[in-house]
Amino acid sequence: MSVPLLSIQGLTKAYPGVVANDHVSFDIQEGEVHALLGENGAGKSTLVKMIYGLVKPDSGRMLLRGEPFAPAQPRAARADGIAMVFQHFSLFEALSVAENIALGMEDPPPMRDLATRIREVSETYGLPLDPFRVVGDLSAGERQRVEIIRCLLQQPQLLIMDEPTSVLTPQEVKILFETLRRLRGEGRSILYISHKLEEIRALCDHATILRQGRNVGECTPSETTAREMAEMMVGGILQTPRRAGREFGAVALDVTGLSVPSPSAFGTALKNVHFAVRRGEVLGIGGVAGNGQDELLAVLSGEIPADADAVRLNDVPVGHLGPVARRRLGLLAAPEERLGHAAAPDMTLTENALLTGSVREKLERNGFIRWEAARAFAERIIAAFDVRTPGPDNAARSLSGGNLQKFVIGREVLQDPVVLVVNQPTWGVDAAAAAAIRQALLDLAAQGTAVVCISQDLDELMEISDRFAALNEGRLSAPRPTAELSVEEIGLMMGGAHGMEVAHV
Amino acid sequence: MDLSAINPVLLLASLMVAATPILLAAIGELVVEKAGVLNLGVEGMMIVGAIAGFATAVETGSPWLGFVAAAAGGAVLSALFALLTLVALANQVASGLALTLFGLGLSALMGQSYVGVKPPAFAQLDIPVLSDLPVLGPILFAHDPVLYLGIAIVAGVWALLKYTRAGLILRAVGENHDAAHALGYKVVRIRLLAILAGGACAGLGGAYISLVRVPQWTEGMTAGAGWIALALVVFASWKPWRVLLGAWLFGGITVLQLNLQAAGVAIPVEYLAMSPYLVTILVLVILSADKSSAPASLGRNFHAST
Amino acid sequence: MIALEKRPQPSRAWAMATPVAAVLATMIAGGVLFVALGKDPLAAIETIFWEPLFGEFSFYYRPQLLVKGAPLVLIAIGLSLGFRAGIWNIGAEGQYIMGAITGAGVALAFYPMEAWYIFPLMVIAGALGGWIWAMIPAVLRVKFGTNEILVSLMLVYVAEQLLASMSLGLLKNPEGYGFPGSRNLQQYPSAYNADLIEGSGMHWGVVAALIAVIFAYVLLNRHMLGFHIRLTGEAPKAARFAGVRPARLVLFCLGTSGALAGLAGLFEVSGPSGQISIDFNAGYGFTAIIVAFLGRLHPVGILLAGLLMALTYIGGDIAQSQMGLPAAAIQVFQGMLLFFLLAFDILTNFRIRFGKAEVA
Repeated sequence: MSVPLLSIQGLTKAYPGVVANDHVSFDIQEGEVHALLGENGAGKSTLVKMIYGLVKPDSGRMLLRGEPFAPAQPRAARADGIAMVFQHFSLFEALSVAENIALGMEDPPPMRDLATRIREVSETYGLPLDPFRVVGDLSAGERQRVEIIRCLLQQPQLLIMDEPTSVLTPQEVKILFETLRRLRGEGRSILYISHKLEEIRALCDHATILRQGRNVGECTPSETTAREMAEMMVGGILQTPRRAGREFGAVALDVTGLSVPSPSAFGTALKNVHFAVRRGEVLGIGGVAGNGQDELLAVLSGEIPADADAVRLNDVPVGHLGPVARRRLGLLAAPEERLGHAAAPDMTLTENALLTGSVREKLERNGFIRWEAARAFAERIIAAFDVRTPGPDNAARSLSGGNLQKFVIGREVLQDPVVLVVNQPTWGVDAAAAAAIRQALLDLAAQGTAVVCISQDLDELMEISDRFAALNEGRLSAPRPTAELSVEEIGLMMGGAHGMEVAHV
Repeated sequence: MDLSAINPVLLLASLMVAATPILLAAIGELVVEKAGVLNLGVEGMMIVGAIAGFATAVETGSPWLGFVAAAAGGAVLSALFALLTLVALANQVASGLALTLFGLGLSALMGQSYVGVKPPAFAQLDIPVLSDLPVLGPILFAHDPVLYLGIAIVAGVWALLKYTRAGLILRAVGENHDAAHALGYKVVRIRLLAILAGGACAGLGGAYISLVRVPQWTEGMTAGAGWIALALVVFASWKPWRVLLGAWLFGGITVLQLNLQAAGVAIPVEYLAMSPYLVTILVLVILSADKSSAPASLGRNFHAST
Repeated sequence: MIALEKRPQPSRAWAMATPVAAVLATMIAGGVLFVALGKDPLAAIETIFWEPLFGEFSFYYRPQLLVKGAPLVLIAIGLSLGFRAGIWNIGAEGQYIMGAITGAGVALAFYPMEAWYIFPLMVIAGALGGWIWAMIPAVLRVKFGTNEILVSLMLVYVAEQLLASMSLGLLKNPEGYGFPGSRNLQQYPSAYNADLIEGSGMHWGVVAALIAVIFAYVLLNRHMLGFHIRLTGEAPKAARFAGVRPARLVLFCLGTSGALAGLAGLFEVSGPSGQISIDFNAGYGFTAIIVAFLGRLHPVGILLAGLLMALTYIGGDIAQSQMGLPAAAIQVFQGMLLFFLLAFDILTNFRIRFGKAEVA
């Protein structure tokens, strides 16, 4: 066998209280798509940050084409032909495409030449892009193109992609895979990080599986079943949620003709949204990030006011009411962003229990707080949802993502809602916690609550929702029974590859 | 009252002079804010620059050395702010206030022996031929060199931000420091440089008050100019040329009310004296509806591990 | 190399310890400053911190502690509510002046009538004056999104000009031989805010400051409004999700701090100062910002910090007359205190680790 492009040998990195990577070793060959598979928190991100020079390993070494390789910073990694497409945080919304790309290059040519080269590369790889558009106005898929082109302009030997499909519709994923296959054909290598098994089976030549920071196995994805890989990744057998047979009751939440302007410069306006949810029903709302999910949650929670009649709860108009009044009537919500929106990071769990529980759990009397009751409520949430924490006096940010999410969802579930709206309930949560949360939502529906689940995880929506609708640029498609839908149809409901300029390949 | 005593040519000429201190301070703060840092200590840096420049000019007899010392003084004080916000990750608003309170005290202490002293004067930089033009000559071409330096700095900052890679990186850091960090840019170092540059500019602005505009030293003589400079950055929507425009507007109001005072208009002096502050509020109200051009990371601290 | 590592949760021990550490560091740095000024640092520190409390003339200085501390505490309590919620009223100096003008204005309007209700009316007018002055930035922020920091500060300069205008014009003492300044309220029994116990320094302003401390304590620890104030400061988005209306909070916090600053001005003008004059304001509104932070925005902390800051004022005066220490040195001293406090504050939220550096 030839010398591998990149050989990783015994990399170890520990953070206080957690070993992110524990003697991880594997090789990436030239011209292969190598999958790095693992749950959230398995140590994938730390590993690629070490390859990219953002984090220094505590021990172990890397060899690039047989030579020792220890990038002190991303610039050094880029100079050695390594490029990375990030999952988050790497674009500047107020700057243009060309400016964004120039920032990722060592010696960018003058803007006009750069724009020409961007056009060339984007045409070659089937990723059309206008270099002078402001990034804030682009769709999620187009933003990803910016990142990919930024990398391709450097002629990288190894392209690292961190969860690239989490922001794409199924059709857009297809386009991306075409591009990646073409790159492989040119002899470049790709390190593809994901936890989506079917994608890895379709694309990757080789897979390394991480669990709790350790390399727990390797496989050839095309010869391995998704179930086998899942079990390696999770280290046990996964439970699929139980769906009890449910009877749907009367309409609990009725949204008609809901239009709301965007609250922020780069947000999405909601346009004429209609849907109704009955008691006992789970409505799944899919869509690519940034198509109005946050705005929809905020309008339903009461953070953004709307016309009174646009939102009706048990046939009572509530669109004009604020969050407190809606909670009193039984319309509860759990936003996507755990730290900072659903919970205050530096406040204790008791205080965070009070944050939404004050009205329905009677944690205040004449405006004065009943701290004993608030603490008891927090303890009930902790016990009922198996939240791992020393106690309710700990700050929210001391909890792991999965535990805090269980707390946030549990806080609403225990308040016996008439309608519960959740956004991305299992985002960035380990598989066990995700399964528990989905089960809790199904159990809640079984008790007669109407549940609206907004999510970008299609598998999750297929698993728990009775009907499915998709948000696309602030418009909601007509909900359809989930059981009748194929992946293709869902993709089309999400807008297909629409919203992106079409590739002329 | 005698309005005819107001000579429009002299009025416009002194407008340029009155605008220069806030122009210098505001263009410096613009650079700082473009890098994503809100330094509310402009007033403190200005007053320290005012006394540092004054004392140096008096001791050495050279106004040039005075301005150099003023820039250094402003930069040293801003380094304290950088230490607090970039290293100790302290709240930027509180740190800026601390800088102002500290600067006011420090300048009073430094300036004790300089009250009532006359500083060495600048030779006017009369631009040959042009300064002899009627009307335009005295307004535009017969001033001290620092005034032109101020305008040159505005042009320089504009070109830096628009055309250079350094400017692009600065804007990127102010827009999204996490992304800039992920691309390997030294967020802390870039912000430190921006803060120091802002401090130096504020120092120059302060010295312009004590060495040229007044010229003498009195305690608290900046009288809110630093705060007006902060307002000016908002007014200008973070655009260099609009800072120049805004500075001339405020300079004009200041000079006009002084002239009206001198002309003995029937409005009490105190009410005229409060007009620049009231106009600042008014302008802020009119312009605060549009905040879309503010750097997105403005006022947020950066810590690499998060 | 030194690396900062975020604590899983804020350290309570350090939250208590940082103000003490900041005071000690300031004493050391202040000592260096005094040496630079050619003074004996130990003697200076002793004069400032020991003399007023336990020195020969402490019987005179101790009441002064209450007189100087009361306005600082009163103003700082108000400021701390807003600071906790990220609402920055830094124009307390202006609100203090306006409270004094309106309060004294009421008194002078009644002069020379004597009645029991005059002083209560003055108190209401003083609070109202400060409140209105603070409502200007509050309403502008709520209606137009105008930055309250800049507006409240600009209004300080406006208030100073108004003060000058009042002492030279409307409120000028007609029997004052042409000197600027109003009648002395100390000689107007119905308006005089005298010591409640003769010679104790304990005037109504001190009582009001204590009530404000208790009020703020109950509000922040027991009441939903206080919870919402803290929540808004910690996580503004979470606050909106909880149902807080940011506009109401802005109006409440700025209004309350303005009213308290106005009260402080009223108690000062009707008591220790006695009259409206051009140099009536002594910077309490700005020093109160230091007091609020030094007290960690906690009511009890502010009470202690206010007394400490009053001590530096009194001690600074003594050092000025006895040792020739410049008045500005005390201002620098107070500024340094805030610096050290902000610098040490990092220990509350971060751990400092010595060891291998992370790639930055």
